[in-house]
Amino acid sequence: MDILYLLVPFSVGLIFFIIGAVWWAIHSGQFDDVEKEGERILKD
Amino acid sequence: MAFPNSQATTYNDKVVRQFAIMTVVWGVVGMLVGVIIAAQLAWPELNMGISFLSFGRLRPLHTNAVIFAFGGCGLFATSYYVVQRTCQVRLFSDKLASLTFWGWQLVILSAAVSLPLGFTQAKEYAELEWPIDILITVIWVAYAINFFGTIGTRKVKHIYVANWFFGAFIMAVALLHLGNSAALPVSLSGMKSYSAYAGVQDAMVQWWYGHNAVGFFLTAGFLGMMYYFIPKQAGRPVYSYRLSIVHFWALIFTYMWAGPHHLHYTALPDWTQSLGMVFSLILLAPSWGGMINGIMTLSGAWHKLRDDPILRFLIVSLSFYGMSTFEGPMMAIKTVNALSHYTDWTVGHVHSGALGWVGLVTMGSMYYLIPRLFGQKQMFSVKAIEVHFYMATVGIVLYIAALWIAGVMQGLMWRSINADGTLTYTFVESVKASYPFYVLRLAGGLLYLSGMVIMLWNTVKTATAGRSVTVTIPTVVAHA
Repeated sequence: MDILYLLVPFSVGLIFFIIGAVWWAIHSGQFDDVEKEGERILKD
Repeated sequence: MAFPNSQATTYNDKVVRQFAIMTVVWGVVGMLVGVIIAAQLAWPELNMGISFLSFGRLRPLHTNAVIFAFGGCGLFATSYYVVQRTCQVRLFSDKLASLTFWGWQLVILSAAVSLPLGFTQAKEYAELEWPIDILITVIWVAYAINFFGTIGTRKVKHIYVANWFFGAFIMAVALLHLGNSAALPVSLSGMKSYSAYAGVQDAMVQWWYGHNAVGFFLTAGFLGMMYYFIPKQAGRPVYSYRLSIVHFWALIFTYMWAGPHHLHYTALPDWTQSLGMVFSLILLAPSWGGMINGIMTLSGAWHKLRDDPILRFLIVSLSFYGMSTFEGPMMAIKTVNALSHYTDWTVGHVHSGALGWVGLVTMGSMYYLIPRLFGQKQMFSVKAIEVHFYMATVGIVLYIAALWIAGVMQGLMWRSINADGTLTYTFVESVKASYPFYVLRLAGGLLYLSGMVIMLWNTVKTATAGRSVTVTIPTVVAHA
């Protein structure tokens, strides 16, 4: 199962990327007032 | 830096219109091929001895046509529409938009020619040979630049949840396609290539791709559709926006390792199979969270289901999503899989997801979108939407019920052993016993296809009665 030496690091890398994305989303204020965001699309 | 699209005062709906029309056209074509091969399973002589029409060549044509042509065009259309509306900015580049449209049609045509001719990488859902794979890569990069470019130039600070799903779908499909299609061509002038991986390694990569294609192409992308078009059609915000955020992150954190459940009881190491099974079971939680969130959007407004056939398409699609995301993890349990694997139960499961979830949510979204793209209030015939809804739903139920029975029967017949240890049934006896269910499945498929033909008629009528409209971007909201 040599393929795991490719797939496992790949998945771990991906998880770190996703963690980075969550971190960015939280700290850039994406989730500050979420209920309002659900309403907004009804007005576009 | 100012990008030209951020100064534009209108949306680019031309590309949305093109993709929306082709979604319906390819839907009819792909489902027709499905009906033909379903008939061939009941009456094999229907291939008429012509190699191009044999089951082995038409089957990948069917799967590619419905997934990448029908589903793909639907995803392009809705993601381009949703990202512009929710970001209140024109698409990043009109040139890239038209490149993705014409390029994607070229990919579909190449598939329609090369698959019946017998060119295949022999990888399920990744059959297309290397020159077409390169073309797909180019178009996908253009798509990604255009989509993320639009997000990058958005006028609304918040990125709506549908865009997160579309974004994850675009990125994951790029990675999966590159990983699984890695191959060495025999020569630069020929179509033939060999996979970069061998044996069980190849199988593992294939199902890492295959299941994530289901997860990110057929689930995440269409969830993006669901999170925009259900609230819009219902005229209410999504039940819980918080839950939609949890749904998104939970789904993408856990999806990647479910693939090995396609390889239970094979040469794949046992622990890898068990890992795949465990991850598949975990997936039930985010999937049902999303389903409940979508359905509960109608909470307090259930009466809308009574007279709005579009909403019915969308909500019933979610119930099929809930059903197949429950059935899937159950089938991933090794003991259940010992019965279900290689039987028509699997085919039934896939179709409950494909016809029920992907098909209905796409049709519902198109019925919302098409009249708006042609300056109409509603489709040419609302009655026809209603008829389509019932034909599609009855068709799906016939289809999956027939294959549940056929599948469990096949599994039981294959594992049945006499007292002396010999097999009770020969394989061909199980094929013979499946015959009536194959006919029933064909009937379900025919109904579903007929509904799609009605949709095509309705679409043509709506498009010709209206005209292509240009929509002005509303003047921007305070927080840019």
